[in-house]
Amino acid sequence: MRHGIRYSLLFLLVLLVACSEPEKPAPELLVYSARNEHLIKPLFDRFTEQTGIVVNYVTDKAGPLLTRLQAEGENSPADLLMTVDAGNLWQANEVGVLAPVESAILNNNVPPHLRGADNSWFSLTIRARTMVYNTDTLSPTDLSTYEALAAPEWKGRLCLRTSKKVYNQSLVATMIAALGEEQTEQIVAGWVNNLAIDPLSNDTKVMEAVALGQCEVGIVNTYYYGRLMKKKPATPLALFWPNQQGEGAQGRGVHVNVSGVGITRASQHKALAQQLIEWLTTPEAQQILMDLNQEYPVNSSVEMNAELQAWGAFKGDQVDVSEAGRLQAAAVKLMDRAGYR
Amino acid sequence: MASPLPASFSSSRPFVGANHHGRGLRQLNTVVKIAGIFTVLMALAPLLVIIWSWSSDQTEVWQHLIETQLSTLLRNTLVLVIGVGSGVTLLGVSLAWLTVMCEFPGRRWLDWALMLPMAMPAYVLAFVVLGIFDFAGPLQQGLHSWFGSDYRYIDIRHEAAVIAVLVLVFYPYVYMLARSAFLAQSTDIMEAARVLGANRWRAFFRVALPMARPAIIAGTSLAIMETLADFGTVAVFNYDTFTTAIYKSWFGLFNLQAAAQLASLLLLFVALALMAEKYSRGSRSYTQSDRKQHRFRHQLSPLQAFAASAFCGLVLLLAFVLPVLQLLQWVLLEGLQAMDARYLNLLWRTLLLGGAAAILTVALALLLAFGRRRAKTRLRTFYDLGTLGYALPGSVLAVGIMLSFTFVDNQFVAPLLELFGLQAKPLLLGSVFALLAAYWVRFLAVANGPVDSSLQRIRPSIPEAARSLGSHSWPLLWQIYLPILRPGLLTAMVLVFVDVMKEMPATLLLRPYGWDTLAVRIYEMTSEGEWERAALPALTLILVGLLPVIQAVRQSASR
Repeated sequence: MRHGIRYSLLFLLVLLVACSEPEKPAPELLVYSARNEHLIKPLFDRFTEQTGIVVNYVTDKAGPLLTRLQAEGENSPADLLMTVDAGNLWQANEVGVLAPVESAILNNNVPPHLRGADNSWFSLTIRARTMVYNTDTLSPTDLSTYEALAAPEWKGRLCLRTSKKVYNQSLVATMIAALGEEQTEQIVAGWVNNLAIDPLSNDTKVMEAVALGQCEVGIVNTYYYGRLMKKKPATPLALFWPNQQGEGAQGRGVHVNVSGVGITRASQHKALAQQLIEWLTTPEAQQILMDLNQEYPVNSSVEMNAELQAWGAFKGDQVDVSEAGRLQAAAVKLMDRAGYR
Repeated sequence: MASPLPASFSSSRPFVGANHHGRGLRQLNTVVKIAGIFTVLMALAPLLVIIWSWSSDQTEVWQHLIETQLSTLLRNTLVLVIGVGSGVTLLGVSLAWLTVMCEFPGRRWLDWALMLPMAMPAYVLAFVVLGIFDFAGPLQQGLHSWFGSDYRYIDIRHEAAVIAVLVLVFYPYVYMLARSAFLAQSTDIMEAARVLGANRWRAFFRVALPMARPAIIAGTSLAIMETLADFGTVAVFNYDTFTTAIYKSWFGLFNLQAAAQLASLLLLFVALALMAEKYSRGSRSYTQSDRKQHRFRHQLSPLQAFAASAFCGLVLLLAFVLPVLQLLQWVLLEGLQAMDARYLNLLWRTLLLGGAAAILTVALALLLAFGRRRAKTRLRTFYDLGTLGYALPGSVLAVGIMLSFTFVDNQFVAPLLELFGLQAKPLLLGSVFALLAAYWVRFLAVANGPVDSSLQRIRPSIPEAARSLGSHSWPLLWQIYLPILRPGLLTAMVLVFVDVMKEMPATLLLRPYGWDTLAVRIYEMTSEGEWERAALPALTLILVGLLPVIQAVRQSASR
């Protein structure tokens, strides 16, 4: 008897605590973020320090966050959507949850091919998905393009991350944009044919396999390489920038993807939200973003840090990153057909 | 249509003496019935949302799937279900039998220690196992430095490894339920079988096992449903199943409709499997005497005893000790920089959500169990449907819940608010209530088993006796029922509490801001592959999850 009452009281208390949100006078923003807390919190803290605007956030995968935004519709409490991968940003705009933004500051800080259609979203950082090779067995002269890794001489020497990861889906999508579906499918099938071991679940595992000689070359995002080398500087790995020379598609440059942010259509604080995005593209914020995760700043006026400089300069693919979204479904199906797991 | 319930409802007894209804009791029965139906409807809503996806035409996606992956997906999913299903049954039953019926060194201690792996989330064990056994892991690196360059690396990302991980995580379901079933069996039945000339094995297979069957089936069903819903483990091993295809359709093809259609197919499989089980069981049921008796344990020969200790010890080592040590090493490697005041907040929210959800879920499961006892067969099937959500991948069920809440918000709540001149804003979505409701819908299946089987133990004679002594309905409920139900309710609460703490996708999707839990933190660290940084929240989650497990075991042992 006593227990029952005690439990019911506890439950009521929980509900009360849960449902009572005290009114706060300070202006607040809510961000739905597919970027992790430890990569956004330092930024938001700095922004709050400078402006007094409090930034709250909910983290999840991009897909569920987008579904949640859609479900909430015009009632959504979210002011901004922040995510990695142009494909996700493109999809968010496609389903109409983002509002266009007119801002001279943003147009100045973010190049056009790194913005969404009608300025519905803006890239904040650039990440290159490039080759990593074992320095004990290969030299840079052995490598040339993404496509070349499909050649028979690479049989049993290639490692890849699973095709389920959006980074690979975007890579193949931009290949479709450059080479067409038919040729891309042949290349992906060639990659699969050359795999030394089954596709791995993340980039770090790919690099470990390359370093241990399971294979000689893999394709990874640069910041994973930076993270690994910080931990184990003696690892025999180096980055290679593919597709730097030649005509047309062959010299299109390294595949770049972005992380970015857009303002939701439902936002009741669009001016504040715009203020936050503008601040995120300023050199100060860009510097923090770069140092947090070794990603490339989207604002070209920002000086590269020592680490990024050490990796050397490269030519990035200038294709509009929205293509990665438009062709993502086609890329997924193509990889399924080619047997790329 | 059945549910993973260790119950064979051979008699539909009203839950109070039916012969002479008092008015209070009639009211109570009606309330229970209506509340029960309402509860089931709520549990069914998300499933209906998912089945509703068939209203859109996704022929193209299906054609693509059939041409490329579908046969592999079906094969792999089937292999997992059969492998994990038989694995957990063998392991869970044999361990339960050993600890309950035999005597060997360490038994007393292994008895509760073997439940510890329950607190280990599948996704954590998966990444730890891969961390230990992978190319770059300590084991293969050790071998490599031992044998030098002659050593050939072994890729352990094999079907068998996936099955092994899932078996090690899910066997406690079977172990716990089978253990209680064996504990409840009186040894005199076994003695009788022995006297009648059956040897020890025969007595086990012909007497003890059939009597424990409903409990074992319930545990195995839970494990199989968990397996079907699992995404974390198969993702770590890059093993293609139905679940990975569901996520691929959703995140890769941006096609939630097709994902939901795949998911509803999964539901259909589960429903069919459970139905098949029910038919095979028929209407057999066993009643047992509750006579307290002295338990005689088998005295094993020294060799047998050693083998028993080694077997139980090995399972514990693999499923719990090794992973915890590896996590500990990572925590020490990373340092405790993540330990700050916010960490306590994470812990507090985790416990609060787990506790509240456990109480709510068990209360509702009890309500349903009462309702089910009174129900006619058709209604019972309807009740059982509500538990199917457990087999769905977490994100999919969470979306179903979210969409059904949005529907209520937009159709009923907003107009009401506007009617009163208030600003229309959603009440359900983005509230803690929504999160608790999600937990409850997901884990109803888990609470059902123990609650229902403890209700089975109340014979009509008990409340009748109480009533003849002048006791009325509500006091009757508190004073008579609760003490009898307590062990079952506690087991149910522990299972739900631990499951809620481990739950990731629904928590991520439905939590209001500020309600981060340990599982959320694990997700954040692992989503970009930083396993070592996830070790601290993972270890905390396991250790905190252990407290209720140990408590429950002490309760059940002291009976």
